[in-house]
This record gives sequence, C-alpha cells and structure tokens, in this order.
Amino acid sequence: MTKKKDTVTELEEVVIRFSGDSGDGMQLTGSLFSDTSALLGNDLVTFPDYPAEIRAPQGTVGGVSGFQVHFGRAQVNTPGDYADVLVAMNPAALKANTKWAKRGATIIIDIDSFTEKNLERAGCVKDPLGQLGFNDFNIIKAPITTLTRESLKGLNLDAKSILRSKNMFALGMVYWLFHRPLEFTQKFLEDKFKKIPIVVEANKIVLKAGYYYAETIEALHPSYSVAPAKIEAGTYRNINGNTATAWGLIAASEKANLPLFLGSYPITPASEILQELSKRKDLGVKTFQAEDEIAGICTAIGASFAGHLAVTTTSGPGLSLKTEATGLAVITELPLVIVNVQRGGPSTGLPTKTEQSDLLQALYGRHGESPLVVLAASSPSDCFKYAFEASKIALEHMTPVILLTDGFLANGSEPWRIPDMDKFPAIKAPIVKEGTEDYQPYQRLDKSMVRGWAVPGTKGLEHRIGGLEKMAVTGSVSYVPENHEVMTYEREEKINRVADVIPDLKVLGDNEGELLMIGWGGTYGHLYTAYRELKKEGVNLSFVHFNYIKPLPKNAHDILKRFKKLLVCELNIGQFANYLRMKFQDLSFQQYNKIQGLPFTVIELKEKIISTLEEK
Amino acid sequence: MSEIKTLTPKDFKSDQEVRWCAGCGDHAVLSSVHRAMAELGYAKENYVVISGIGCSSRFPYYMNTYAFHSIHGRAAPIASGVKTANPELSVWVVTGDGDSMAIGGNHFIHVLRRNIDLNIILLNNQIYGLTKGQYSPTSKLGQITKTSPYGTIEPPFHPCELVIGAQGKFFARSIDNNVKLTTEILLEAEKHKGTSLVEVLQNCVIYNDKTFGYLTDREHKKDRQIVLRHGEPMIFGKDMDKGIILDGLKLKVVKLGEDGLTEKDVLIHDALEPNPIVHLLLGNMNYPDFPIALGVIRSVKADTYEVNLDKQIADVKAASPIKTINDLLHSGNIWKV
Repeated sequence: MTKKKDTVTELEEVVIRFSGDSGDGMQLTGSLFSDTSALLGNDLVTFPDYPAEIRAPQGTVGGVSGFQVHFGRAQVNTPGDYADVLVAMNPAALKANTKWAKRGATIIIDIDSFTEKNLERAGCVKDPLGQLGFNDFNIIKAPITTLTRESLKGLNLDAKSILRSKNMFALGMVYWLFHRPLEFTQKFLEDKFKKIPIVVEANKIVLKAGYYYAETIEALHPSYSVAPAKIEAGTYRNINGNTATAWGLIAASEKANLPLFLGSYPITPASEILQELSKRKDLGVKTFQAEDEIAGICTAIGASFAGHLAVTTTSGPGLSLKTEATGLAVITELPLVIVNVQRGGPSTGLPTKTEQSDLLQALYGRHGESPLVVLAASSPSDCFKYAFEASKIALEHMTPVILLTDGFLANGSEPWRIPDMDKFPAIKAPIVKEGTEDYQPYQRLDKSMVRGWAVPGTKGLEHRIGGLEKMAVTGSVSYVPENHEVMTYEREEKINRVADVIPDLKVLGDNEGELLMIGWGGTYGHLYTAYRELKKEGVNLSFVHFNYIKPLPKNAHDILKRFKKLLVCELNIGQFANYLRMKFQDLSFQQYNKIQGLPFTVIELKEKIISTLEEK
Repeated sequence: MSEIKTLTPKDFKSDQEVRWCAGCGDHAVLSSVHRAMAELGYAKENYVVISGIGCSSRFPYYMNTYAFHSIHGRAAPIASGVKTANPELSVWVVTGDGDSMAIGGNHFIHVLRRNIDLNIILLNNQIYGLTKGQYSPTSKLGQITKTSPYGTIEPPFHPCELVIGAQGKFFARSIDNNVKLTTEILLEAEKHKGTSLVEVLQNCVIYNDKTFGYLTDREHKKDRQIVLRHGEPMIFGKDMDKGIILDGLKLKVVKLGEDGLTEKDVLIHDALEPNPIVHLLLGNMNYPDFPIALGVIRSVKADTYEVNLDKQIADVKAASPIKTINDLLHSGNIWKV
C-alpha cells in the first residue's frame, strides 16, 4: 500500500466511534480496528454501546449500535469522552451520535443511506446534514452502499450478503485514515468464514475497496498516525471484563487445586461469563445452566457443600432473586463467589447500560444480619485479579463473596499484559482431613474465625448443616436466645477480620491536602484520567479508589481524615458516600453522581473537581 | 462406592431428638430410609440427604450421614449441585407437597427433565403442616383448610402426571404405614440411574388426619390398593379376585371369573416400557372407581446428566491443547512488546 508521508499528521491519541444499525456489524468493525491497533502497540480502551433489542426496527434511533475505541501513544484508561472520528452508517446513527463527536471531528457517513425513508425512520424532520453545520465537522459523504455493490459485481453473491459486507468498506476507510495494515483483519476473516470462501473473498474485496477509496478521494484530510505506546515489556492480549472474570475464576480453581463449578442463568450483561466458562470444559470447568437465578445459586451452594470452588454469576435482577439463597450460604458458612455485573436499575431498568447502583444491595440486601465480603473490580483486565481475589477470600474464609463489576467493565476491553501465574499465591481452603478427631462443624479454627470444611465422602466427618440457627461450635440446631446473639456477632466479626489480609488503601498524590477524590469499582479509568490531567495542569488533588468495600481497608479512615474536602464520585445517587458516612461519622462527604447508564466523562469530572476546589 | 462392614438401620440414626408429632407419617418414612440405606451397604460418608423447608424437610437432622437442610423449595437444585460436583455420592432429597409442587415447582420439573441421578422422596400429605394447616397444591378440590374456609377452588396437582409430563423416568408410590413396601421401593429408586421420584402418601395427624383413611382402613385396604410389580399381572382385592384390564384407551376394573374373564386377560405390569401412557393411566387411578396404585409404576433406562457432563469434559479435555490457565492466557491473539 502506498503512503504519502508528507500528509501524515502525528497524533497523541484518537477516539473513534463506529455506529450503525444493530445489524450493521459495528461491534465487529470496532473490535477489528482495536485488535489491529493493539497489535501495533497502541494502548487502548474500548466500549460498546448497544441497544437491549437484538434487532430493533431497522433505521430507528433505538436500534443504533455503537462501538468506541480510544487509542494512543501514552497510557489510555478510558474509552474517551468524545470522538475524533465518527462513522455513521445511516441517518439514525448520525442523529444518535453527533453529540459524541468533538467539534472539528471527521464524520464518515454512508450517503447512500440518507434516503427520505431512512430520514423519516430516524425521525429527522429536516436533513440532519444541513443541521450539523459543515464548518463544525469534516464530513465525508461516501457512497458506501453503491461502492460495496459495485466492487462485488463480479461475485455470485446475493443482495443481502453484499449489504452485510459494507461495514468492511467503512473499516477500510478508517484503516487508511490511521495508516493501519489490513493483514490482521484479512487473517481474521479467513479464519472466521473458513467454511464459506466466497464470504471471505467478498469481505476482503470490500475492505480494500474502502481503503483505496479513502486514499483516492480528495475530501479526506491528511491521514494520521498514532505511534505505539511506551508500555511495559511483556506478552499482551486484548481482554474484556467478562472474559477476565471467567479466567480469574479458573486461575483461582487451579491455585486452590479445587474443581470449578458455575451455576448460572443467562442475563445481560453477565451471560458471557457463563458462555466462556461453558467453553472451558478443556480445563475441567463444570457449568450448570439452571432453570432460573435461584437454581443457579442453589446448584452452586450444593457444589460448594460437595467441596468445589463454586460460583454464580448474574446482574441486578438476578442478584435480587438470589438473596434468600445468599443468606443460606452466609449461615452455613460455605465458600461461594457471586459475580454481579451491574446494570441500570431498578427492575429491568437499562439492561445494556452501566451503573453502580447495586452496592447497597450487595452489602445489605438480605434479611437478618447477613454479612459477607464485597469486592469491586476497576478495569476490564483487573476483573481477572479480583475474580481471583474473591475466590481466594471465599475459600480461605469460608464465606460468600460478592464481586461487583458492571456493564462498562464487562464489555469494555483493553490490552493486558498477561500475568505470570507463578506469582499468584496458592489458595488454601480449610478442608478437614479424614481421621480428624472430634470434628465440630462450627469450631473456629484460628484468628480468622474460619470453620473447617468437611466434604461429603470424607469418612468419619458426617455432619448436618442448614438454614436454622446453629449452636456455636457443634453446629446443631439451636433456638437458645444468647446463642443467636453469639453467632450473629461471630459471623460479623469473621467478615471484619478479612481486613487483616487485604491490602492498604493507596493515595495517589499528596497524603493530605485540600481535596481527595474518592471512587470505587468500574469508574477508575475515568477518575484516574481526570486526576492525571488535573495534576498535569497543576491542580492540588489527591485520589483514592476502593476495590475492597466490605470490609474496608484498615487504613481508610486514617487517609480520609487528612483531607479538608472529600468528594465521592459514583454512578448512583450516593450509595458509597452514604456507606462511608455510616462508617466514618466524624467525616463529611460531598458527592458527585451520574445516573444516565453511562460512564463519567473526564471533562465533567474535571469541571466538578475544579468547582469543588473553588467552593468556600 | 466402597462396601464396608455391615451397617444396621441404627447406624443411620443421628443423636438428635426426632421432633415430629406423635402419629405423624414421617416417622415411618424415616425408618424406611434408615433400613434402605443399611441394606444398600454403601459407606455412611457417601450418603448425602438434602431437604428444603416443611415438616418433612426436618429429615436431615435425623440422619447420621452428610446432610443439608436448605431453604424452601430449593432442595432439588442444591442436590443437583452436589451430585454434579461429585457423582460418586448417593444423593437423596426429602421434600413435601408444598416444598416441591408449589414454591419449588420449577426446580421439580427441571430436575426430572435433566435426569440427574437423585432419589427424591416426596412426602405428600396434601396440606401445609409446618405453617399450621393451609391448603397445598395437592389438597383435594373443595377441601376446607385455614386458608380455604369455604373449600378450595383450585384443582390439585397429581405428582405422577407432573413427573411424566417432565419426562421423568422413574415414578413409584408408597404409603407411610407400609414400611416394608417403602423400603423396597427406596432400594429400587437408588438402583435406578437417573432422577427417581418416590411419592409417599403421608398422614398429617394434626391438620389433615385420615386424608388417606380410605386407603389404610384395615377392612377395605386390600380392595382399595394395588401393589404393582414389574412382570406381574394386575390382580388385587381381599380375595385376589379383581383385575385391571385395558378397555380401549381406558383402564377398567373387572371381576375375575365373570364374563369369562381370567387372569390371562389382566394387564401385566411393564415398568420398563418407555412409552408412558399406561404408566400415566395407572398413576392416575383414583378411589372409588379404582384402587390406588402403589409400587414402582415407571422405571425406564436413560442417560443421566452428570455422567454425560463428565463424558463431555473428558472428550473436550482430550482434544484441547489448553491444559492450564497459562495455556489459556497465551491462546489466540497475543503479541510481545
């Protein structure tokens, strides 16, 4: 491929948003671009934004599917607030996404799709191109449909298949714009459609047609290049949060030397964890697709009783359904990992959108005094680490652990330096061995207050457990009033003592000062980027991010008390802020909240921090 | 499973005081389970007994095995998890008509459909006992209870119909006071590979006393019950003079010796027949037109879930180059920086 070097502009970072009808293949287009950029050494973060309906009415705004990728030569922690390049395959996509384009952005549209009918479907009263204002954007009106058809004339392909490959035309154009080679995508197409060679050929032809079209047309600005990022040496791969979660669980099962069992029921946006683990029969994973959410957790509790690392995965509505059984795991003190991929609620809410509004449900959403451990992952790739950690705590402390991720982490992806598994610790569950004399199911074994795990099939350790209150030590049923109080405190204290094994909270920036920005879970990338940019601009700001929610790190209060202003930023109406208020009643917390089913933008975070600093 | 020194029913009794009401049918069923487990000869540690909530679900506390008293309606999925995790265990579920047919109805049909190798003992007393006398999904239409003071207006479930509708492969019925028959059936249920559903008609002495009185009445019980055994003709009655024949698509009770009918005209019980039609007719026989069918009504061979899962895992493992998490992490598109 020829390159005109003199017209190449070097960029630090770029955000591209691919958008089209939900059947237009935008998720694939975006993923292919991201994979290519990652292989070239860019750091990047992606985020898909798709409708809940698989095929909403064609051409409508409700059916628009988007995929955003942010890549650069420096560290990238968010999928970017606004796009430098927007690809819009139809009027609805343009209408829905113009607000996400930066002023001056390049907008590539398929002009063939701007028919009267499509404009009507998209609900555009007037020509949206006219409304946009040409001065604000660099609009490339490419006849994508026509040229796709034209380039496939020679192939004996039906009209539907021809239209289906027009996403490759757009991808080809974007590849040219950013000097990306086509080889990785061509290889992918060869593998993916290996059984239908004509589809491979068609997609490859259209990809090239788009590439050459972009090179030829005069309307296109000089092309851009983004140099590789300076990132730590190692072996890398792309990973999204759900896959990382699934793999972290497998890693824990290997380190614990216990088989992995997943009891689950499909739910957006958590299903991919069940799907990935279903594939992993090669690693001996047993997955049980249950008849409902309750059976999902109950099969897991059964597997846990039988001595497995047991897991259930779900999203908000499913977590509600699992609450009673979660309490059973609490009182029986069986290890169990509950992964909750948060989405917008209440009820069905916003199934495909992200939110952090299940925090209080995770902490308190059960009847009775029902303590358990709550963790939250903070980036797509660290879902691996926290899935591992959740399993480790569950097994070593004989407790259910709720791991909170969210739709943003689950579907977002980033390049990830593959960790060295030798550096992960062994997991030692308190399994009671055959021949142990005088086994008492609720005897506390050590300072952690963990009870011994006697697994069915072990001779001489036959015992009964269940949902009724237990007599301390023996575990037999007890209605003794004082005993219930003893056991209630034992269960609470056992969870509190997990604080002995979790890492201290780390402050970014000064250890004391005017303002501490506080975050937890999936907002890390945006908060960190806002912090980094403000520091660069000389703003006096410190930042802490919580991954351990219950128990909190031991040094949390010690850190928080050293700042004048504490600003808790979260995607709900203040759940973590209220939790901190309850825990630290001597401190005063301010809140910054967003409840739009969307991540924070770095811009709005920075504005909030500046205005908070300016307040008297 | 390893066979060990002969155990007696007493070895399966726990040290807990049994707290069911005096005269409750559950006592006899407990005794049948103790006997069956002793006779099976497995080591004690290989038995797991799981229950939900209800009077009958207190069962695990009275077993000197591994046992789990769980939450209302969920014994089947918990047991499914235990058996799937460790197919070597002999896993038993004890449930009631409310636990399995109402709150746990969804799990009930799905465990049967999957055919996981569990023995499910359904103690059917047609009433809610633990909550003190509300109607259950198996209460008779019109029955007066605390929540149906003017009589129920809901037609009851018949467990046999649900089992067959859910593609169940094993259905048997006993009655609480016949410890010998219950024990015999439980042995068959354990030997059957797949979900075995054993319905035990059980008297609630407090809230639904004598609901099966017509069946246990000394004078008439032989005319009102028929114990089905595979390969044997369906003959019953005090004088063993009544038989069951197939008349078109219906069953019919006939008197032997009348209208030239002999033993040869009577149906021979075939529990192994995969086609469930006759099993359904037998299971649905009701007093006063028919005797109530007891014994193993259906026992059909089929693949079980946990065996097929293990087999699939073995096959996939053998064919995959991925053997460890490290292999997985380095699979697919990776690159070096």
